[in-house]
Amino acid sequence: MINFSEIKKSLLVSLWFMFLTFPIMVIRVNTIENIVEWRWRNMVFIGVGSFLLSPVWRYLMKRKEYGLKKAEEGKEMQVSFARRILQERKFYIPGLIAAGLFSLAFPLTFSLYQTNIMVSALIFVMLGLGLNIVVGLAGLLDLGYVAFYAVGAYTYALLNYHFHLSFWIALPIGGAMGTLFGVLLGFPVLRLRGDYLAIVTLGFGEIIRLILENWNEFSFGPSGISNISRPSFFGMDLSVHGSMIFIYYIMIVLCIFTIFIVNRLQDSRIGRAWIALREDEVACQAMGIDKTKTKLTAFALGATWAGMGGVMFAAKTTFVNPASFTIWESIIVLCIVVLGGMGSVLGVIIGALILILLPEYLRAFSEYRMLVFGIVLVVMMIFRPGGIVSDVRRTYKFEGAGGKGGDE
Amino acid sequence: MNRTAQPILEVNGLGMNFGGLRALDSVDLDVGKEEIVALIGPNGAGKTTFFNCITGLYTPTDGDIIILPPGKKRERINGVKPNLVTRRGLSRTFQNIRLFPNMTVLENVMIGRHCRTTTGIAGAIFRGRSTRREEKEIVDYSYTILENIGLEKSVNEFAKNLPYGEQRRLEIARALATEPFLLLLDEPAAGMNPQETEELDELIRKIRDEQEISILLIEHDMKLVMSLSDRIFVVDYGKKIAQGTPDEIKSNPVVIKAYLGEEIDA
Repeated sequence: MINFSEIKKSLLVSLWFMFLTFPIMVIRVNTIENIVEWRWRNMVFIGVGSFLLSPVWRYLMKRKEYGLKKAEEGKEMQVSFARRILQERKFYIPGLIAAGLFSLAFPLTFSLYQTNIMVSALIFVMLGLGLNIVVGLAGLLDLGYVAFYAVGAYTYALLNYHFHLSFWIALPIGGAMGTLFGVLLGFPVLRLRGDYLAIVTLGFGEIIRLILENWNEFSFGPSGISNISRPSFFGMDLSVHGSMIFIYYIMIVLCIFTIFIVNRLQDSRIGRAWIALREDEVACQAMGIDKTKTKLTAFALGATWAGMGGVMFAAKTTFVNPASFTIWESIIVLCIVVLGGMGSVLGVIIGALILILLPEYLRAFSEYRMLVFGIVLVVMMIFRPGGIVSDVRRTYKFEGAGGKGGDE
Repeated sequence: MNRTAQPILEVNGLGMNFGGLRALDSVDLDVGKEEIVALIGPNGAGKTTFFNCITGLYTPTDGDIIILPPGKKRERINGVKPNLVTRRGLSRTFQNIRLFPNMTVLENVMIGRHCRTTTGIAGAIFRGRSTRREEKEIVDYSYTILENIGLEKSVNEFAKNLPYGEQRRLEIARALATEPFLLLLDEPAAGMNPQETEELDELIRKIRDEQEISILLIEHDMKLVMSLSDRIFVVDYGKKIAQGTPDEIKSNPVVIKAYLGEEIDA
């Protein structure tokens, strides 16, 4: 099976990779002793590695193209693994129970550090689910989502600082502030779509951050607000460890709540209108859907979750400053939605867990951490451009002439 | 068809300017109750612009568009937003099919029900009895329409996977779901083979007769236009050049000139 041209291709690939990685992998300038180190061994590793991996890569690409061709010819597409799991009760019920037990036992079995990063991941699950309404369902590319996250966090921080409001009161207020800002941003961008919308929302995100950074009297500038109180447990203050576990459970409940609400919205008249808006704006209007109202609800409801996520963030870190709300956070949340699969709730959850936990666990590889992260993203987009759970949008199925319709 | 005294759609002196271009110049048109009216004209004559003005996608520069929905008051609808025009009972299809490709056939029709239903955010979240009843009604109503149109077999297919002729029919089904009193069809037979066109002819008649809906259509297929319509309006370069019954139009020298470019010597 091994023929000459395949070996030649692999050889060329490995030469190319050795050339590409030469500056970063081989040369190192030792600034202390003022000498240049030549690490030729790295070059050998890369050469051999890419030589061995390139046939695998080509095989995968070939398989992918074959799959595409089959789909084009209209042959029955293989039901994907994810879909099968979601459809068959005997798979997903035990799966759900296992996931539930695992998430309940998690903070009791793992260390504080593990719980801490899991809480971060859960906050991003919530953000992802919120942005999924805007980007995945309504098809409005929002690059300034972090603004609502910041609004939520600062709402709690400021209310707590000035009025000593507790977490439990601030949580709904944070959500409401998110909604309000969602509507505020929604109005000017109603006429925009696609790239233009992305740019304006990007600007909005930056405006909020710059205001927080520069309006010292209001937000205490770059130094931020510290000593925000943690959520109390029926009036009791908990230890640092105890309160982190408590926050973890609050997050689990909030995530389940979010999933529930988002699912309900998705399978409703409003959810259908969002999807129609994404599919064809003109036809959507011509079919009697109020474009203005539909876009505003999408923005507002998406922003609500970011607002609540922000409150959770402030409660978890007990400290907020503008540096936590950069464009990078927006991009990560967007990546979560795209990587997970637009419009898919399960996809977003998996996407958030991967994107937030992966960099944490890759800390062992310290300097190559972001490199691996990038590679994962690129590979994902090549082999599953629709996201991890791409083909699982629940559709309305009509079952029998008797008229029992509904989602599967 | 007997025309009632009051037309249900009355367009007087409709004009539309795009910058310096006058796309429509004082076009008059009227549609009676349960009447099939065709709007024809050479390419670029302004037919689709006319449709876009009536359905609210464009705001006309001058003129009046007046509707008389059955059992309601006369109303001028210049510049009313498209979704509100649809709510008032004018529903349309598009020249180049504009379905929601990644939604199923049923879901496409369900979207048409949007303007006749009311569930809001709270209703969607709590999903109370009235919401569930409304959802069931939407599904049942949509399915009935699909049965009437003859698309019930592909009810769970994605719209993008339907054959071309069926996509055209699905657009009509979706428009019907909004419960219109006037259906505006923009080149419904474009790209159809003769057999599909014949089926379309029957379908349009059926819609008119069974559901008492008036129809205004733009069409290039003259065989279909002549067999189907009660009256025909002809526009060229944004101006109305003729109107009348199919027989009158067939022998009208101005129309022949517009289509063939010069007069035929007898």
